[in-house]
Amino acid sequence: MDTKKTKEGFNTILFGFAFSPTLNQNITEVTRIAHYFDAELVLLHVGAYNEQKEGEVNRIINKTEYSDKVKDIIWKEGDPYSTIKNFVNNSEVDLLVLGAQQHETLYRFYIGSVARKLTRHVNCSVLLLINPSIERKPCQHIVVNGLDHENTSAAISQAFFAGHKLQSKQITVVEEIQNSELKISVEDDSSLKKAVKKESEITEREDKRVHQIIDDIPKKLKKDIQLKTQSIFGRRGYSLGHYAEVVRADLLVINAPKNTGVFSRIFTRDIEFILSDLPTDLLIVRAS
Amino acid sequence: MQRNQTLFLKDLPKNMFSGFVVSLIALPLGLGLALASGAPPIAGVLTAVVGGIVVSILGGSHVTISGPGNGLVIVVLGAITTLGNGDNYQGYLYTLAAILISGVIVMSLGFLKMGRLSDFFPSSAIQGMLAAIGLGILAKQFHVMLGLERGKASIAELLLSIPEMVYEFSTKLLTMGFGASFAGIIGVISFCIMLFYPKIRNRYIQLIPAPMWILLISIGSTYYYQFVGKDYPIPEALMINVPESIFAKLPFPDFSLITDRAFWSFVISLTLIASIESLLSIKAVDKLDPESRRSNVNKDLKALGFGTILSSLIGGLNVVTVIARSSVNVNNNASNRSANFFHAFFLLLFILLFQQQLERVSLTALAAILVYTGYKLATPSKFLKIAQIGKEQLLIFVVTVLVTVVSNLINGILMGILTTIIIHLFLNKSVGVFLRNVLKPNVLAFKEDEHYVVSVKHFCSFLNFYQLKNKIDRIPENSNVIIDLSMCQFVDNTAMEGIEVYIDVFSKKGGEIEVVGLDKHGTKSEHPLAVRKLIPFSSIGPIENYLTRRQTQLQTTASEHNWDYRPNKNIDLKALKSFIYFKTKNLNYKYNQLFHKDNDISIFDVEYSEGEFIAKETIKATMFHVKLPFSAPVFTIDKEGLLEKLYHIAGLKDIQIANHPTFNKRFYLSGKNEKSTKAFLSDELVLFLESQPYYHIECNGKALLIFKKERLLGVSEIKAMSYFGEQLLNLIGQKK
Repeated sequence: MDTKKTKEGFNTILFGFAFSPTLNQNITEVTRIAHYFDAELVLLHVGAYNEQKEGEVNRIINKTEYSDKVKDIIWKEGDPYSTIKNFVNNSEVDLLVLGAQQHETLYRFYIGSVARKLTRHVNCSVLLLINPSIERKPCQHIVVNGLDHENTSAAISQAFFAGHKLQSKQITVVEEIQNSELKISVEDDSSLKKAVKKESEITEREDKRVHQIIDDIPKKLKKDIQLKTQSIFGRRGYSLGHYAEVVRADLLVINAPKNTGVFSRIFTRDIEFILSDLPTDLLIVRAS
Repeated sequence: MQRNQTLFLKDLPKNMFSGFVVSLIALPLGLGLALASGAPPIAGVLTAVVGGIVVSILGGSHVTISGPGNGLVIVVLGAITTLGNGDNYQGYLYTLAAILISGVIVMSLGFLKMGRLSDFFPSSAIQGMLAAIGLGILAKQFHVMLGLERGKASIAELLLSIPEMVYEFSTKLLTMGFGASFAGIIGVISFCIMLFYPKIRNRYIQLIPAPMWILLISIGSTYYYQFVGKDYPIPEALMINVPESIFAKLPFPDFSLITDRAFWSFVISLTLIASIESLLSIKAVDKLDPESRRSNVNKDLKALGFGTILSSLIGGLNVVTVIARSSVNVNNNASNRSANFFHAFFLLLFILLFQQQLERVSLTALAAILVYTGYKLATPSKFLKIAQIGKEQLLIFVVTVLVTVVSNLINGILMGILTTIIIHLFLNKSVGVFLRNVLKPNVLAFKEDEHYVVSVKHFCSFLNFYQLKNKIDRIPENSNVIIDLSMCQFVDNTAMEGIEVYIDVFSKKGGEIEVVGLDKHGTKSEHPLAVRKLIPFSSIGPIENYLTRRQTQLQTTASEHNWDYRPNKNIDLKALKSFIYFKTKNLNYKYNQLFHKDNDISIFDVEYSEGEFIAKETIKATMFHVKLPFSAPVFTIDKEGLLEKLYHIAGLKDIQIANHPTFNKRFYLSGKNEKSTKAFLSDELVLFLESQPYYHIECNGKALLIFKKERLLGVSEIKAMSYFGEQLLNLIGQKK
């Protein structure tokens, strides 16, 4: 039915790291992710090779529980954005992991520009981590975008895969509906009544659509996971991020913006809301 | 549709009556407002006639009244004197052109759905603007009221010379005698009527509104002098001058100043004030509407703009929605827009039939009405109320008032906004939180199970309150809503006030709004509408420490009867809002609560208000409330049928109890369901009620509300009422 559908899961994970105070946490977390996803991990540092630094990285890796997951450490000099992009696009990597600051402040340059550009131009999925930790924090609740979009089914099935692997308890599929779709401006009692009726019709329709996607997902991935659908009327992109923050989700899964066409540009603006104010760890799924 | 039509016809008589009562106020106010604006007096009445007809046909609100507004008086006066440059009539024609253009702009605001315009102004700045307008009117009319001459002077100068005017008037009265100061005496008497009228609770006096009494007395005095054959002691110049034939020579707007900068600044002022005054009034009247309908403000703006255009073409002023007349309309049981139409119709009738009588009204009498209106806009209690919310609000308010008084309205409101922004930056010690987020969406609203969750991020102030408003406006008012402000670093007074209005509307319509997440926010004032900023816990202030004598007596009574007594204010009024009696009233708080641990009886003082603006009255009354352990029919027992009309709107019918003529004669019993109400009122109960002094009783199905009078009761009266209530409860309980 859906040709765009990806195979769930990842084989090779690339982690672009920098020597930041949180390097230890970052590496611990990312090896753990590689373990849960059953994938190989490649570490990439943009910058000159240095023995002392390599020693430091190796020391950290050896302390982690899943150090066997690390396949390679690569050092490359150049501009961070193009180096990572070229590496990813010319290799087997299907998930790029980047550390990120939650709010657009100190690391604005990095997340605001490099990571944002990367999420737009690499041809694999991207995972942004906002607070990696040494101890595992269980991923209880995943929120996934259920927008009416051709790549949504990929995002939803990837969310279920992640939920299954990370033993999450709940997945909430959020259907964001633009107010403009209502075509009713609420001005008085009768227009309100009409709008409420239309809203419940749209909600029903959207729920049905999402459930159709979920029906196609293998039963084994859905086991032990509670499913909820939530429709939200409001600004696209914004509502999703705010919702994930309100329900204290642990991971937010969205589909990547498409690269071509006017639509991508509109959608890019929507993803900006989430990127500038990351509510949780963020997985951007690119259907390949 | 058929049903609506029959309902419309059925309600027509009461709307006609209400329109009539309103026209009694609108006539003197219209004449006065136009005079104070420097326009011919009849212009104000024409404004009301055109406004009433146009807005009642095309408008989107239900029980509002439209006509000339007091907010515009100072601007129109400024326009006429400035543009006319000495020639007031020419200035008036130029101003008509400005009014016409402002009408076009107001109408386009409606088409652009800018009904939310008034939400973009900080609440304290708007309050300041209104107070400044009040001071302006008061200043410009005070000497007119006393019949004194004053040359051209600024508002500030006039305000400062008020004591001097009083001195001049009293020396004139003492030295030159009654006749020479008769004009001023009429003014002072009129002012006293305005001042004391609300205190008189006599049904017959209250039948005619205060401004109309003033007209009647003013006109009556001329007939008295004519009757005794003496000259009327007020000179022609201080009497209203009505053109021979109102429709013979209509003034027409003169557009020749359209390239002038001053002209456009007046256009902007007129538009700004006309739309803000209208929007605020519509919002306030919606709160008073017993049927709690929501007005379509955009539709109303279109109608008001169109009305203004038409009005300016026949020499009238800006048509705005007016709060005082609207609240009188509500209090006289208007139920739809036809009341506005009838108000216009009766006005037209008055000026056609009583043109000669109108010439017998003295300007001092009209000025008195205006002085009172101005005073009501700028009462000291307004300042006090703002100060209670917070010192910084008082600063915004005072800055706006001062700049408006010494400069003009636009500068005043701009300074108010600027002060607010600076204060917000100062309170947060950060520019970033505003700069980064002001243009971003910050509100999430979604429906979960059967309730709505609304969460607000970053900050919530007058700058972005419209975003929250947009979301709440889409939620049906009978639902349960949680507004979560915990992700907000800063919430300002405008936003708190806006939320408060929604809380009120929702609880009136059977829904509920709960605001959560403010416990971590610090505030310097205990006022519920104070600015909130995210800081560590602040301690809770002390409750009332100083009890009055009545309160200590209540305390003793409480301990005698083994009751609990709580003197402090309590704003949890949910239980009261569902009573029909409170439908058209705004509940403020209850205090001095007496209650018993073991049962659901409580006795308390409650403060509430009726009407808005100059028609606003604050009432305190002592009431007895008890939750019934079983469900009962909805009914009310009332003496004289004072509140009869209110109950009929709520769908209650008169009920006669068979075989109890004394009861039927003494009380007005009405109920939703005749059969169950009759069954509920057993013979025993009826005999008990007959034998007891009168109490007003209302049952909303789940609880009983009993009170003796619309006032506070003394301690012995409270004891009697509690005895009555308990006896009644016993009788009802036995039957069950």
